[in-house]
Amino acid sequence: MNAPINAGQVRPASAVRPLAAINDFVVKFANVNGSGSASANELFARAILRMGVPVSPRNIFPSNIQGLPTWYEVRVSEKGWLGRRGGVDMMVAMNPQTWERDVKEIEPGGYLFYDSTKFLPPERFRDDVIAIGMPLTEICNATYGESRERQLMKNIVCLGALSVLLGIESTVIEQLFGEQYKGKERLLDSNVKALHLGRDYATQCLESIGLRIERRDAVGDRIFMEGNSAAALGAVYGGASVCAWYPITPSSSVAEAFTAWCKKFRIDPETGRSRVAIVQAEDELASIGMVVGAGWNGARAFTATSGPGISLMTEFIGLAYFAEIPVTIVNVQRGGPSTGMPTRTQQADLIACAYASHGDTKHVLLLPEDPTECFEHTAAALDLADRLQTPVFVMTDLDIGMNTRLCRPLAWDDSKRMDRGKVMDFDMLESGRDFGRYLDVDGDGIPFRTYPGTHPTKGAYFTRGTTRNPYAKYSETGQDYVYNMERLLRKFDTAKALVPQPVVRRARKKATLGAIYFGSTSPAMDEALEVLDEHGVGLDTMRLRAFPFPDSVKAFIDAHEKVFVVEQNRDAQMKSMLVNELQVDPHRLVSVLHYDGTPITARFIIGRITAATTRSAS
Amino acid sequence: MTYLAKPRLHHPTLARNKVGYLRRDYEGAISTLCAGCGHDSISAALVQACWELDIEPHRVAKLSGIGCSSKTPDYFLGNSHGFNTVHGRMPSVLTGANLANRELLYLGVSGDGDSASIGLGQFAHVMRRGVDMVYIVENNGVYGLTKGQFSATADQGSKSKRGIVNSDAPIDMVSLALQLGATYVARGFSGDKAQLVPLIKGAIEHRGAAFIDVVSPCVAFNNHAGSTKSYEYVRAHNEAVNRIDFIDLAEEVKAEAAPGGYVDVPQADGSMMRLRRIAEGYDPTDRVGAMNYIAQHQALGEVVTGLLYVDPHPVDMHAHLNTTDTPFNRLGEAELIPGAGALEGVNRSLR
Repeated sequence: MNAPINAGQVRPASAVRPLAAINDFVVKFANVNGSGSASANELFARAILRMGVPVSPRNIFPSNIQGLPTWYEVRVSEKGWLGRRGGVDMMVAMNPQTWERDVKEIEPGGYLFYDSTKFLPPERFRDDVIAIGMPLTEICNATYGESRERQLMKNIVCLGALSVLLGIESTVIEQLFGEQYKGKERLLDSNVKALHLGRDYATQCLESIGLRIERRDAVGDRIFMEGNSAAALGAVYGGASVCAWYPITPSSSVAEAFTAWCKKFRIDPETGRSRVAIVQAEDELASIGMVVGAGWNGARAFTATSGPGISLMTEFIGLAYFAEIPVTIVNVQRGGPSTGMPTRTQQADLIACAYASHGDTKHVLLLPEDPTECFEHTAAALDLADRLQTPVFVMTDLDIGMNTRLCRPLAWDDSKRMDRGKVMDFDMLESGRDFGRYLDVDGDGIPFRTYPGTHPTKGAYFTRGTTRNPYAKYSETGQDYVYNMERLLRKFDTAKALVPQPVVRRARKKATLGAIYFGSTSPAMDEALEVLDEHGVGLDTMRLRAFPFPDSVKAFIDAHEKVFVVEQNRDAQMKSMLVNELQVDPHRLVSVLHYDGTPITARFIIGRITAATTRSAS
Repeated sequence: MTYLAKPRLHHPTLARNKVGYLRRDYEGAISTLCAGCGHDSISAALVQACWELDIEPHRVAKLSGIGCSSKTPDYFLGNSHGFNTVHGRMPSVLTGANLANRELLYLGVSGDGDSASIGLGQFAHVMRRGVDMVYIVENNGVYGLTKGQFSATADQGSKSKRGIVNSDAPIDMVSLALQLGATYVARGFSGDKAQLVPLIKGAIEHRGAAFIDVVSPCVAFNNHAGSTKSYEYVRAHNEAVNRIDFIDLAEEVKAEAAPGGYVDVPQADGSMMRLRRIAEGYDPTDRVGAMNYIAQHQALGEVVTGLLYVDPHPVDMHAHLNTTDTPFNRLGEAELIPGAGALEGVNRSLR
């Protein structure tokens, strides 16, 4: 290979010692979207994983198809911290548009990998950052004739160079290529060539750096999966046969993944016909309407949406609550309000979902922390919706939904049966059992229902959103209304014992401080707790997994002098719900709020909790 | 209309249909609509059509939106499940219900406010999807339950009871349904039961998206001079293109000779729907011709009624989706849940 003109530009940092770490650092790729960087970046993460070292990648992308900045942040952590740590140890700066802020973000002593084809003046670099230039464009232009190929292969050449710098084995990447391009020999061949083009250059021209990947066995049997795909599979295992949806970021891939899973699992092998109906509706009003119709008629149905879709669905959610129809809604939360930050993450729909609709309503929320729980909670939601005859929300978010996360393998118990709840069938009606659609016969607030078409003369009723008596007859009397509303509260109380229970973790020593968190905050919280504990700040924690809050939540708060409530929204929505539902003293709950649209980091949590504990100690 | 309970006794000689039901078994609760309301005539026509077609009442699912028309499903087919949904959104609920159990007969009852104003979007898409249903709009051009505001089907220049003249262009539901792909499109008049009952029967027999626009005067708010949805106006401007007879192939029925002759349309159950032509040369299987005919007569101020269009070979939503014959609400674990073994395979593919 001819050495390019700008070969081996490495600017040593003069002001600080270079960072050195094995299997514990953050690499961030700054790219332009639509340039083909995504698949190369994912290969980078997967290769590290195949070397037995846990990684946690996150896409930070624009609401755009081509030309705008996009980032891919990879946390490498042998210890297994899967949240964002905060800070960047190595920036792969491939986007001139964002150069300045990308360079600024690097930790002192960190590394800046960049395309040195075009000369950049010294003032665009930092003294305390080691710059590693590689003329990627020049190399690709010299090697490839076609412009699209030049651009796509640049990502692979870059991957090759990084693999040498960080010690990622080339055989591992080649194996991944082999899996990806099975049966496409030409593509496989060209990718392997590009990889080695990058590797050869780096070996010959670039100096080694302080960040290293070393083979370990720290991944175990865990799987690497996106939350949306897991939620979709949960809907398959939960027995959903109707999915109605409307495209919206970041939830579209739930319905798309459901379609793919159903192609695999829901085709009648004898007839080739489908055991599922997936309908792309005209809007969210129609998608929830179809789910309500299917649920009323005895099929398991769900929809997936995000904040603006929830706003549109709100009237129907009220109907489903009041008319008592099973509905499952996967809400992949994004930044609100309004269109907000459609490609960023938040936990800001809690109140909108928990109390959706006009009038007095309360809804069941499930709060998965990762893809495994997306699978489990979505399957559970379909059971709960039938059991409770009410809407159930699976409150995931963009961070869990659209990023590939290392998580526990999925498991299923084949002896488990669908819980279809209280349904009177033909025989029960025929036996002469009293059927009152809105009659509380068991004291749990849950009445019996019938599916349309069950019996020629018994069990038919008129479902409506208006007030009625326990036998579903139209009624405007206050007594009937109050009976019904109180029964609905009783039903909500019943839900407390049925929903996934909170997970409590005790500090090493007896603690007076507690912390409550939920959902995608989990991995950053795990790391923060370990670091805080090392610094002598011991916290008992409770990870909430559902609303309504089981009684153990109030007991946890009561047992601590102060409880941090960590959440990803501006208005401390979970704290408000805790105060509202449990009548706890608001002053004992201290909010830690992160809501800039990026996933919360361990450093942010550590900083806030440390500051609060130091303040109170002084 | 009345607060007197219906008598429980019935005459012992009342006729039973082939499935053993009396006509009364198809009735519902007592109507709470105004005396003389066109909607009650439509309910009565529905009762008669279902009884005559030997449909088991509990195999019908009635769905509606909000408004006077949408209250009516409580007043017929009392042994059928009904669902009074939210305003303008009945079509999506009906679609979902149909997906869950393809074996029932889905009857959507709506009004002009419900379908042409707030629910125009869902009306359009349920037709596009070819949902197997009977969709009836009880069209009076006015919001009855909120006391007399114009709806989107009110004719331009028509006058409200308070003397306000409507300046907005009207939405013609049959033209819209034709354009959107409904495969059975008819218009009836609540004041002409002899025409309406067969139109409903034809719609029930049709295995696709069947739509009937029924002009149904509102006696309280839109039955005055200056209204184009009054009994008087519609009677004076009604242009029927055909009359429907139902012929059971088992019995030879001699069709009454009509000026334009007749067209036979075979039905899914093997029976034959016979259309007696009234308008010379009107071909109800010609969709574009129907649209043209309706538009021309509309320009003359005429309300064209009858079976305006029928596709003898409709394709419904389930066929589009290639779903199994077994209704989804009867599928169990074996059909729906792939099991632990399959999940192990999924796990392996994600490492």
